[in-house]
Amino acid sequence: MKKIEAIIQPFKLDEVKEALKAIGIDGMTITEVRGHGRQKGHKEVYRGQEYNVDLLPKVKLELVVSSARFEEVVKTLTAAARTGKIGDGKIFVYEVAEAIRIRNDDRGESAL
Amino acid sequence: MTSLFRLRALSLLLIPVALSAQTGGDIPSKIAALEAATKSAQSAGDNAWMLISAALVLMMTGPGLALFYGGLVRRKNVLGTMMHSFILMAVVTVIWAVAGYSLAFGGSSPFVGDLHFALLNNVGSAPNPDYASTIPQQTFMVYQLMFAIITPALISGAFAERMKFSAMLLFTVLWSLIVYFPMAHMVWGKGGLLNASLGGKFPCFDFAGGTVVHITSGVSALVCALYLGKRVGFPGPTLKPHNLVISFIGACLLWVGWFGFNAGSALAASGLATSAFVATHFGAAAATLGWIFAEWIENGKPSVLGAISGCVAGLVAITPASGFVKPFPALLIGLCAGVVCYLMVTRVKAKFRYDDALDAFGVHGAGGTLGAIFTGVFATSAVNDGFKDAAGKVMALGAIDGNGGQVLNQLVGCLVAWLLAIVGTIVILKVCDMTLGLRVSKEQESEGLDVSMHGEEGYIFES
Repeated sequence: MKKIEAIIQPFKLDEVKEALKAIGIDGMTITEVRGHGRQKGHKEVYRGQEYNVDLLPKVKLELVVSSARFEEVVKTLTAAARTGKIGDGKIFVYEVAEAIRIRNDDRGESAL
Repeated sequence: MTSLFRLRALSLLLIPVALSAQTGGDIPSKIAALEAATKSAQSAGDNAWMLISAALVLMMTGPGLALFYGGLVRRKNVLGTMMHSFILMAVVTVIWAVAGYSLAFGGSSPFVGDLHFALLNNVGSAPNPDYASTIPQQTFMVYQLMFAIITPALISGAFAERMKFSAMLLFTVLWSLIVYFPMAHMVWGKGGLLNASLGGKFPCFDFAGGTVVHITSGVSALVCALYLGKRVGFPGPTLKPHNLVISFIGACLLWVGWFGFNAGSALAASGLATSAFVATHFGAAAATLGWIFAEWIENGKPSVLGAISGCVAGLVAITPASGFVKPFPALLIGLCAGVVCYLMVTRVKAKFRYDDALDAFGVHGAGGTLGAIFTGVFATSAVNDGFKDAAGKVMALGAIDGNGGQVLNQLVGCLVAWLLAIVGTIVILKVCDMTLGLRVSKEQESEGLDVSMHGEEGYIFES
């Protein structure tokens, strides 16, 4: 099993969700986050006082998939989240040691 | 058809007969009854408008100013800031009932009222002809109370995010007693030094509180900002407004409430009230444009905060002039106020680096002074013919009427307001500093006033 952690543009969330749903991935957790990689921030001015905003709003999407489906999921996700411009985000992948469904103690891939 | 006409003709013939039977020759008593009925109708109309105006002015403080200021601070101070406005709705009301109204409107001395109306004695449903002869004195009393509430609330913009709640309470009680009530008496009270219609030595035109409300609060705000010192992190990247959406709602409520503030200051549902209403609206509109265009030119973007700040600046500047000027001078006053207040909160504040956190001085002090001076220029008897000389002739009001000397009177009014605000506020801050201490500790400041002063949070996501 692998955990996919994708940080994407907030306005791409719906497209990504739809694309994943189309290939049969339903479970995911999303969080509103702030951050930046190579993308520079922008300037805001409140009553003449300038503020540089370099932590920009992003959405973090976490999902765990079986190792067999992992490449397909990443491909779908990247295609849906891409605009081709700086600020599109990143995907990090981790090995998952175990998954447990709290309701009935299912273990492993059947808990996904 | 014909019979119907006949019947009508007959009834027309009968009317005069019935009328003469009713009057029975007692014309004087009939006229007296008619006069009483007219007076009561006028009183009903005026009283209805004044009660609504009083409610509108209260709405300016809560929720208007509370939202406007609350959105401009950081999220950890939102409740503390709103409380500064709300608590004054309670505190000033009590002081007003005990002595405030009397100190502002009792007696006829030049500087401060007496205790004739203390504990609201002699304040009932009969009008007080010195001030408003067609409405119950209680209406006048409660209307003026709403002004006494919002004025110290305006100052809270300067000491926001760092003043102890206890010190803020003591400060505003003393400030009302030492600065506001005397100033209100000098300008609006009978025999007051600056009163324009009831025997003042330097007749200063202040229709709705340019000197009494905005100069006193704005200048005191500057003194508070200087005395308390800067917030931790000023000027710096951590002091952004946390929610301009609520500030926006607050500003819109202020704009609407201001019709009660200015048009209500006619103290009657009269043509003068309409004229003040129009001038108020025009001033706000022009100032909104003045501010955002200045900003657009300087920064490349017209901001929402700029637009709402501009509207408030215009409302402030038109306040003293509202019952004296025509619509186009109102537009001009607003436009100037928008640009000048913009420069005050950007250039001047940046140059001198005082932490007037929410720009109470930049908007109210500067806008109020500008408006008071402009009133001396553009006041005209064509708008307000209530000022008559000994022979009963309508007097020339401002420079535009040929009375250039009025500008000097306005300057005297400004000077008195500035001096009283500066000296009074320094003394009061010293007293509060020595007894309670003014500032919260560094730890409390970084924790935020909501938790450290009030033990609660404005936004709780986990509940």
